[in-house]
Amino acid sequence: MATTRMLLAGFGGQGVLLIGQMIAYTAMYEEKEVTWMPSYGPEMRGGTANCTVVVSDKPIASPLPSAYDVLLAMNEPSLNRYLDELRPGGDLFINSSIIHKPVERDDINVYYVDTVRLAHEIVGNEKTANMVMLGAIIKKTGVISMDEMGKTFEKLMTGKKAKLIEPNRKALDAWTE
Amino acid sequence: MSEKRLMKGNEAFAIAAIRNGCRFYFGYPITPQNEIPEYMSRELNKAGGQFLQAESELAAVNMAFGAACAGGKVLLSSSSPGIALMQEGMSYMCSVQVPIVILNVMRGGPGVGTIQPGQADYNQVTRGGGNGDYHIIVYAPSSIQEAVDMIGKAYEVAEEYRNPVIIAVDGMIGQMMEPVVLPEDKGGMSEDEIDAAKPWALTGHKDRRDRNVIKSLHLKQDELEDLINEYWPKYERAERELADYEAINVEGADVVFVAYGSSARVTVEAMELLKEQGINAGLIRPKTLWPFPEKAFDLISDDVKKVISVELSQGQMIYDVRLAMKGRHEVDLINRVGGMLLSPAEIAERTIKMMGGAE
Amino acid sequence: MAMEPLFEVTKGMREDITTYCPGCTHGIAHRLIMEALEERGALGKAIGVSPVGCSIVAHQYMNVDMVESAHGRAPAVASGIKRVHPDHYVFTYQGDGDLASIGTGEIVHAAHRGEKICTFFINNAIFGMTGGQMAPTSLLGQKTTTTVEGRKKEVNGSPLRMAELIATVEGAVYVERVSLHSPAAVRKAKKAINKALDVQEKGQGFAFVEFLSTCPTNWGLSPAKALDFVSEKMIPYYPLGKIKDTTWENIEVEEEGR
Repeated sequence: MATTRMLLAGFGGQGVLLIGQMIAYTAMYEEKEVTWMPSYGPEMRGGTANCTVVVSDKPIASPLPSAYDVLLAMNEPSLNRYLDELRPGGDLFINSSIIHKPVERDDINVYYVDTVRLAHEIVGNEKTANMVMLGAIIKKTGVISMDEMGKTFEKLMTGKKAKLIEPNRKALDAWTE
Repeated sequence: MSEKRLMKGNEAFAIAAIRNGCRFYFGYPITPQNEIPEYMSRELNKAGGQFLQAESELAAVNMAFGAACAGGKVLLSSSSPGIALMQEGMSYMCSVQVPIVILNVMRGGPGVGTIQPGQADYNQVTRGGGNGDYHIIVYAPSSIQEAVDMIGKAYEVAEEYRNPVIIAVDGMIGQMMEPVVLPEDKGGMSEDEIDAAKPWALTGHKDRRDRNVIKSLHLKQDELEDLINEYWPKYERAERELADYEAINVEGADVVFVAYGSSARVTVEAMELLKEQGINAGLIRPKTLWPFPEKAFDLISDDVKKVISVELSQGQMIYDVRLAMKGRHEVDLINRVGGMLLSPAEIAERTIKMMGGAE
Repeated sequence: MAMEPLFEVTKGMREDITTYCPGCTHGIAHRLIMEALEERGALGKAIGVSPVGCSIVAHQYMNVDMVESAHGRAPAVASGIKRVHPDHYVFTYQGDGDLASIGTGEIVHAAHRGEKICTFFINNAIFGMTGGQMAPTSLLGQKTTTTVEGRKKEVNGSPLRMAELIATVEGAVYVERVSLHSPAAVRKAKKAINKALDVQEKGQGFAFVEFLSTCPTNWGLSPAKALDFVSEKMIPYYPLGKIKDTTWENIEVEEEGR
């Protein structure tokens, strides 16, 4: 892997920024270069929320690339808005719990992840839907290692939050192709 | 050495200030720098300092002025329109030579403008909107780590030169997260330490010395002229000693870009795209905007084909670039404004077009 | 037998002769504040902030550490100083152009935060330094260089009573208006200054003393007539006395009386 440029988008409240931060923390712990850049401003509240994450083994020039290797669409507006920014051959992750329309591009890899159902059935907690998606992204892109991601949970979820480690780990493993 | 931490720019700036001994912060909410006062409100008191949310930027700069006159190590932060309101205070700070570090997390203007990143405050920070003869020393980091390091340097320079220093970053660097290594904590200063280090500071004369007066009114014009002439050499020294830049592949390049801050990062990626097209591009990245690193431009070869200022403004730094080129070559502009950002692809495309198509 | 001096000039005033106009009461206000500080042994731990206006040069006479602030911003500057030196006496000395016109935001918010500073406000109903223009405190009908036919309510509004305005702010715990037009009034003014310094020493909150003061030059009156103007024209509009006192002692007294 030289450089992976990711655009992660959805509604505010779907945990999209957190998915990006988890990748960023883990990439840092893996001694990789990384940038995380959120959209900011009024639309953070209830509107669309998105962030870019760039992971590389060399210093990162721009946190805002021209084209992306990975696109996550947690809702339909995000898919419509950003589909063109995914490069040919890139990976598209679709939250099929709420996106039901077909993708009109055949030059990319598309992965459908029914985040809410998997979070409900396998983890028993729908709040972990974003971590189900994170697991899918890690499995298909290998941008960070699943092992190191688990360790990141342990580093960040301490004290009262420690009880969240187990359900989050479960969520990471929930999706299979 | 402390370990690497993943931090948002604004929070990293705040903690870097505290670790460099800042104990007094004044500010007023304005996007995109709100994480700075928020962080300070949580952490500065724990470090034995004082956080105060001012009623306006006008009050904030004057609170900072008061605290700096009293010998405190101060951080003031704001974003473009707020910095405009602080210009009067900066003129006062220069006139009485008090040190202070100011963070400007720049957004697009003019007017209320936008909260998205911008670099249209180049003239504001390097030329200033305050009255009278003065300069503000301006650093322009292009990564969070560089900003953190420059904040340390800024405190040293501010105290040494007894002058305000601005760190001009834009909303992108303020809002993004990157791994960063923070400096060791230098600790604050006691009143005795202030008395020893800053004999001019207002600490109360304690019947031990004559009273200190910090004044900027000089009704006798010859006195004011003498005073300005007395402190002016420090600015000449700053021009000699503080001007700083990074040069990447400048010598022999066909195209030399000049860009600072976030624009420089994007330009570096554009240079790779151009290389794929067979175009040999270089970059001069000013790390100080005032003093402007004119010497860097001597590296540009005489047969350069294009010198291009890359800015998120309608072309403000370009005037300094032209001065530094001393008429050796014309200077072009690649820019976006109003909070819109340049992408590497756009810089590359526009460069190729300027050069008359792909080679 | 050695003679005991009955009266000495306070060490709080430097020896320079003030450059204020004949009959101007700035000198009296300066002296009272410095005497009060000297009497409590506080000259060495006092820091003053002077305004823009005639009294920008207060530091030439007051024997304490001082800074000139930008026009109207003295309360903000003092707030910053107090953060660095919380155990020092920090005060602002401001005229009515400075405090009641350009600096209303800063004074209201210093009071609003309950800053542990004292503000000594000189109200002479006019801009002195710039040459006698209307101030927000100028009286109705008062002729100034920008109201040559006299201040008109319909055009310029009515004079601003700053002490009453500040008294509405919760963080201001002691607000009094005094005058400098007679020996008796001057003695009362000194008491008010002492009370304000007590409030600061005990960390109770913001203390504000307004002084009705003279400007014979810009009023176009002799020094003696100027004193009459204060008593006959100003005091009826700007009543003297304690406008607010919610210091702890005062509250305790009220509770005892219940």
